Amino acid sequence: MTPNIAAAKPGIPRNPDAEALDPFHGVDFSKLEKSLHRPRTFMSMLFTVIVSAMTLFALIPLFSVLWLLVWRGGRKLSIAAFTQLPPAPLEQSGGFGNAIVGTLAICGMALLISLPIGLLSAIFLAQAKPDNRLASSVRFAGKVLTGFPSILAGVFAYGVVVMATGGYSALAGAVALSILMLPTILLTSEDAIRMVPERMKEAAIGMGATDTQVVWMVLLPAAVPRILTGVMLAIARGAGETAPLLFTALFSNYWLLWHGHLKLMQPTASLAVLIYNFAGMPFANQVELAWAAALVLVVMVLIANLIGQSLASRQVQ
Amino acid sequence: MPSTETASPESNPANEKVDPSVVMDCNIENLYYGSFKAVRDTRIPFQKNAITAFIGPSGCGKSTVLRCLNRMNDLVRGFRLEGHVQFRGQDIYGRKVDPVAVRRYIGMVFQQPNPFATSVYNNVAFGLRLNNFKGNKAAKVEESLKSAALWDEVKDKLNESGLSLSGGQQQRLCIARAIATEPEVLLLDEPCSALDPVATRSIEELMKQLKARFTIAIVTHNLQQAQRVSDKTGFLYVDTSEGSRTGYLVEFGDSNQIFHDPKQKETQQYIKGEFS
Repeated sequence: MTPNIAAAKPGIPRNPDAEALDPFHGVDFSKLEKSLHRPRTFMSMLFTVIVSAMTLFALIPLFSVLWLLVWRGGRKLSIAAFTQLPPAPLEQSGGFGNAIVGTLAICGMALLISLPIGLLSAIFLAQAKPDNRLASSVRFAGKVLTGFPSILAGVFAYGVVVMATGGYSALAGAVALSILMLPTILLTSEDAIRMVPERMKEAAIGMGATDTQVVWMVLLPAAVPRILTGVMLAIARGAGETAPLLFTALFSNYWLLWHGHLKLMQPTASLAVLIYNFAGMPFANQVELAWAAALVLVVMVLIANLIGQSLASRQVQ
Repeated sequence: MPSTETASPESNPANEKVDPSVVMDCNIENLYYGSFKAVRDTRIPFQKNAITAFIGPSGCGKSTVLRCLNRMNDLVRGFRLEGHVQFRGQDIYGRKVDPVAVRRYIGMVFQQPNPFATSVYNNVAFGLRLNNFKGNKAAKVEESLKSAALWDEVKDKLNESGLSLSGGQQQRLCIARAIATEPEVLLLDEPCSALDPVATRSIEELMKQLKARFTIAIVTHNLQQAQRVSDKTGFLYVDTSEGSRTGYLVEFGDSNQIFHDPKQKETQQYIKGEFS
């Protein structure tokens, strides 16, 4: 206890007249100052410190991974890394240009599959028949699928596409990734459409818009930024997946576009699988390329995430 | 009560002599939301190029009746209507009637201004696009904005968001949007309740101009407003005798008569401000 507080305690007004003249009689202004001697204040400060420390602690894994990537991968980053094909063992140059192309192509195809399905069913869920049994089971399935182990998507695409078409291919990889992307697109699009204010919908219906016109002319334009955010998150998830691609797209040491032919039905390289393959090799050049590829992949995912976030914040107010 | 004879619901509208000056004839026997009876026994004819106002205490079903007139109530689950709403002699609740087409001819302006999150121009052009308007869109948008007494204020910011306008401007934008498709009837659901007195006055002036081209029905909480703008007035009241709150039409007639010489006791009390 500070002497001030101790002094204030016996300060119960003795003289009522003095109190009337001085409304603050007996109040010790030093008590209003922040003092760590007060248990309450001390606990509050302590708690603030703990919360801040834990927040910093949470950043450690993220930043140490990023730092490691820049440190180990940055050295190998060069024009050649982006333009050349993967090197053979003991070869000293090379890059992963075909894997970047492959990742973009597989993700793009996966999006072509999952976006129409996801968006149109989101319209059904949010607008056309929000309460019907089909809608609630699809919604439930979407939520379950969000936590779907990605390797199962790969096994599924292996069974459905690889076995049926007789080989590993970019298409099979795209099917596997589209299964992983679909729930994100579906659920975020449904939310996005639901977020459009009811009064805008009423305005359109009140003007004699058909259901379809309401969807295309009012709901979707207003929901587009949020929908794109979901799409970007889905792409970011898909681009980083390795397990489903091991079963489906496998890997290739050649370009997707080979002698003027787009080899969508051939094994296709991707950054994730390249990292998996090269990181475990006993050759220094390959291991360094794996680090560089990891850095490139992280930056690509980061860009997709940033685009998603900026779209979300750039909504019409 | 209106002087119309008790028209039996089964009377064929084709045989019934349709008064050409009555654009809409609303005859609600019973209106339900699920098992809740919201409105009963409300018959209101809407005269061409007149402003018909609905007044009454909160919860008496004014807005419900209004939303019946262009089938906005279809959006409410459990809505069921016993009765007819005839538009130019045709029942808009007929089995073959498309509610979308009904709303194209019977436009609506809502309590809260509800422009779309797009430019002023696109807001007004919205209805034109809905209906595949083939003519000069820009000219039509300009004409509609002029009719809504908004052109001078927005002609330099047609590309700005409709949401950036003030509340009164937004409401006039919504009116411009509604009249761009040239409906025959305009339904206004408490259009001024979210606006300040100056904006309210400008909307009232606008209504008086618009009635030359449209038939207008307005729900209002504001008795003075009904008195200032309307030609006909219907007073609705709540009947609690059956244990629930069911609205019904107490009295309908020329606004002058309703406000200065009301026949029914409830109307007299309401006009005098004994309850609200």
